[in-house]
Amino acid sequence: MTPQEIADKLTAKFGRTPDVGIEAKLDNPVDPYIKTSPDHILDVAKFLRDDEELLFDFLSCLSGVDLKGKLGTVYQLFSMVKRHKITLKVEVPSETPNIQSVESIWKTANWHEREAFDLYGINFIGHPDLRRILLPYDWEGYPLRKDYQVPEYYNGMKVPY
Amino acid sequence: MGLLDRQFDNSNIVITSLDSLLNWARLSSLWQMQFGLACCAIEMMAASASNFDMMRFGVIPRATPRQCDVMIVSGTVTLKMASRIKRLYDQMSEPRYVISMGSCSNCGGPYWEHGYHVLKGVDRVIPVDVYVPGCPPRPEALIEGLMKLQEKVRNESLAKKKLV
Repeated sequence: MTPQEIADKLTAKFGRTPDVGIEAKLDNPVDPYIKTSPDHILDVAKFLRDDEELLFDFLSCLSGVDLKGKLGTVYQLFSMVKRHKITLKVEVPSETPNIQSVESIWKTANWHEREAFDLYGINFIGHPDLRRILLPYDWEGYPLRKDYQVPEYYNGMKVPY
Repeated sequence: MGLLDRQFDNSNIVITSLDSLLNWARLSSLWQMQFGLACCAIEMMAASASNFDMMRFGVIPRATPRQCDVMIVSGTVTLKMASRIKRLYDQMSEPRYVISMGSCSNCGGPYWEHGYHVLKGVDRVIPVDVYVPGCPPRPEALIEGLMKLQEKVRNESLAKKKLV
């Protein structure tokens, strides 16, 4: 299915009201994406996985993004059965970055969401084990945000050169 | 076979100083602690493999720090790993030496400017005896670093107090 057909199917099911908010930017040659509002990501993800024509059963990648003032997540989905792929994007404000976790739908999201939490501070609601994965457990701050300051000392060791 | 073969015609007596004997014994059997962290570990493995063979110098890799003389820190030292390195160094028994291999453990390497998670040089947590530059250093460079360490051990003395 082409990205346009996938977007049409989603809009048919969920509507394009300001409440649900499915927008699509489908004329990129590399990465046509569909953007949803963060409240409905769980329903959209379940529909994408379970619908017979879509069957997106493989989450290739989940990454965090820092757009000035907003944090976001990007989901790269692939269907092993139908062999089509789509990208899904979600944006939340930086002050309260809460997104529903899709770990119950695709298990790959377990470690990817831990990484997004570790480096960006995005809080995934419903994740069974949300803790830091790359940095030490007692690290303070979220390094990949644009306004991150490198700490002077960590546990007695000088950090900058 | 070895250093002392056919040196003596009639007598089998060697006279040397205790310092020289102990130092020769120590430098010919520096058991290393295999501490490969990142890419330099591959070069350390290459130095232990057949083409460059560190084992002929007596350098055997041991997995536990309790049985080692030298710790070759090869690879990037992150802040998360640094506390573990200190702990392992404390578990080694004296006389113990450290060779810092590669630019990441010498001074932070390519991560010196923007690496928020990298310890800029392993000498911020443990004392280092020999620094081997390179990214990664060739096996020959590591072996030269090892020989410099052997020179250092050769000049040690029981009478002089050592800085630990």
